[in-house]
Amino acid sequence: MSDPIRPIATDPLDFLETDHLLSERERLLRDTVRRFVADRILPEVADWFDAGTFPKELAKEMGALGLFGMHLEGYGCAGTSATEYGLACTELEYGDSGVRSFVSVQGSLAMFPIWAFGSEEHKQQWLPRMAAGEAIGCFGLTEPDAGSDPGSMRTHARRDGPDWILNGTKMWITNGSIADVAVVWAQTDDGVRGFVVPTDTPGFSASDVHGKLSLRASVTSELVLDDVRLPGDAVLPDVVGLKGPLSCLNEARFGILFGAVGAGRACYEAALTYAEERTQFGRPIASFQLTQRKLVEMMVALQRAMLVALHLGRKRDAGTLSAQQVSFGKLDNVRQALEVARSARSVLGANGITLEYPVIRHMNNLESVYTYEGTNEIHTLVLGEAITGVSAFS
Amino acid sequence: MKIAVCAKQIPDPATPYELDPEHHWIVRPDDQILDDTDRYGVEIGLQLAEASEGSVTLFSMSPAGNLQGIRQALAMGADKAVIVSDPALKGSDALVTAKVLARAIQQEGFDLVIAGTESTDGSAGVLPQQLSELLEVPALTFAKAVEHDGDTIRIHRQTPDGYDEVEATLPAVLTVTAGVVEPRYPTFKGIMQAKQKPVEQLTAADLGFDATEVGAAGSAQYVRSVTPVPARQAGEIVEDDGEAYRKILEVLEQAKVV
Ligand SMILES: Cc1cc2nc3c(=O)[nH]c(=O)nc-3n(C[C@H](O)[C@H](O)[C@H](O)COP(=O)(O)OP(=O)(O)OC[C@H]3O[C@@H](n4cnc5c(N)ncnc54)[C@H](O)[C@@H]3O)c2cc1C
Ligand SMILES: Cc1cc2nc3c(=O)[nH]c(=O)nc-3n(C[C@H](O)[C@H](O)[C@H](O)COP(=O)(O)OP(=O)(O)OC[C@H]3O[C@@H](n4cnc5c(N)ncnc54)[C@H](O)[C@@H]3O)c2cc1C
Repeated sequence: MSDPIRPIATDPLDFLETDHLLSERERLLRDTVRRFVADRILPEVADWFDAGTFPKELAKEMGALGLFGMHLEGYGCAGTSATEYGLACTELEYGDSGVRSFVSVQGSLAMFPIWAFGSEEHKQQWLPRMAAGEAIGCFGLTEPDAGSDPGSMRTHARRDGPDWILNGTKMWITNGSIADVAVVWAQTDDGVRGFVVPTDTPGFSASDVHGKLSLRASVTSELVLDDVRLPGDAVLPDVVGLKGPLSCLNEARFGILFGAVGAGRACYEAALTYAEERTQFGRPIASFQLTQRKLVEMMVALQRAMLVALHLGRKRDAGTLSAQQVSFGKLDNVRQALEVARSARSVLGANGITLEYPVIRHMNNLESVYTYEGTNEIHTLVLGEAITGVSAFS
Repeated sequence: MKIAVCAKQIPDPATPYELDPEHHWIVRPDDQILDDTDRYGVEIGLQLAEASEGSVTLFSMSPAGNLQGIRQALAMGADKAVIVSDPALKGSDALVTAKVLARAIQQEGFDLVIAGTESTDGSAGVLPQQLSELLEVPALTFAKAVEHDGDTIRIHRQTPDGYDEVEATLPAVLTVTAGVVEPRYPTFKGIMQAKQKPVEQLTAADLGFDATEVGAAGSAQYVRSVTPVPARQAGEIVEDDGEAYRKILEVLEQAKVV
């Protein structure tokens, strides 16, 4: 038999010592992003959220670090493992879901389709600059009337001699108005295809969505394509059909299922510290059983979420991860993080509703994360189909 | 320019240190980190190397552990590392540590040796000066700015009321004050390459020491007892009745900070 079980545990922030599941290189990379977030994001992110801005200048710093398209090979990308990409997302989202969204969109939604489906010219033209943060990308799939059902999109591309002409409207597009290049998905006679659209092409315009109460430190825009004329080679040659955009979303969801753990951890940490310091009825509120239950539920949920993320990360690196397993992670980790955030919010009392603490910012952000990249309901139906063999939505 | 940077691996200061009760030596875990102080030395070393098409070699004496701290410095851009690691070195005092590092550095050859002014865990603040004596080269200490021009190294040496301009001819030892530059983050590409960079591991014998010259046996210094830091006293609150600034100035003068 093995040694007896140790009587004492352990670190409230890593109760199960999941740190030991990481390699030295993974930890070094994780610690580097953690330091970057502490230095460059945390001191200012509440102000960005308050003002509803994302500081575009950060892109170059993030590029220099190697954050964009980090798990892609070549073209100036760092070529890390998928698990390392995930761990970077956890740290970024510990800062803010908007900051992580910026990196997800750039790497998984804009660079990935060019890298996977683009021509050599597309790759040479865009990837090195995007990896360096010198060019910003966005991903246009959702439309005002086509969200969960992207197959019903109305944006279309028709041929005009050698050229393509694009018309339509895309909605809720992260980074839309600050992008240099948009990967736009449109109906064609052959099915849905992707187009690489420089945003200075005549007929392309972007305007920001205002009045958001979530993901405020992130730019969200509407794209209008009004007779946008593109050369014949603007189309991504190597994919036809919805599997193109859906494969990008799988990439991004993989980052999100790690990212959500970071947002949750920020809320749990804030609640734990607050509960230890705040005194009521002559005792720290951490001494009340009801508070302890909240803190324990948060800790358990987040440790479990991290284990799920790491397991899926290892499967991804081994080449055995399925899209349905990604749905499992996105569905559960995001909803757990949202529950953690709400519970942490209550621990902080009135202070919990201010930007003085990170909690309500994360809580509101996670409402977007719950909805984008496949809503909670859609991932539930994906899993429902996977285990029953019957699709509830198509 | 051939630059040697001292890079100490230390237990993470965020987690409490354990001292072994008999010798009061720090119990060194497998996971050691790069002493934050040495990130500044690495940064200055990299800047000088970039400007002179030189190289940066890290020198470290510690139980190798998993080399996490050294990899961090390699990921920042250092070219290679020499680490002296040997159970026989356990209990070495600062002078023995300096002798070991000096010999490793000498063996490799150098134009400039860079170290921190004082390590975070040991805080003796003497090792670089000992290195300069052992290597028989000048020491430029407490640098807050460094300029290199041919055979000359020129620094702004931090003093209580400003700085002195000091220069020396290479080879030399240089110590840098924490906070003088912004150390770069290791880039992801650097992290990917760090594992492939050469890390040479030497024992005391490889450097020609016999067991009586190093470790506790070779050290004249030992720790007699250890006392925990007294808990901090509560601060004094000065009510501002319009004259509070006088009181605050008085306190600052007493503390000799103004
Ligand atoms: C901040 C933010 C950033 C975004 N960034 C991007 C981006 O960069 N690029 C991009 O293309 N898109 C982006 N999106 C869009 C996002 O992907 C969509 O909002 C999402 O797919 C849901 O679509 P919808 O909002 O139209 O909701 P709908 O599809 O209208 O859904 C409304 C509700 O109905 C439910 N529902 C729909 N169908 C079913 C069904 N069959 N069974 C059960 N329930 C169902 C949904 O789950 C949801 O609860 C972003 C969204 C947000 C909020
Ligand atoms: C209470 C106490 C406990 C100790 N416990 C141990 C122990 O358990 N095990 C043990 O091995 N030693 C132990 N030592 C010895 C101590 O770590 C050595 O004296 C140390 O290597 C040199 O002293 P310093 O770190 O205070 O040097 P300082 O003079 O403060 O260091 C200045 C600079 O020199 C460089 N430098 C110093 N040491 C090294 C190094 N080893 N490798 C690379 N660069 C370096 C760094 O750049 C550093 O910033 C202990 C000392 C004390 C006071």
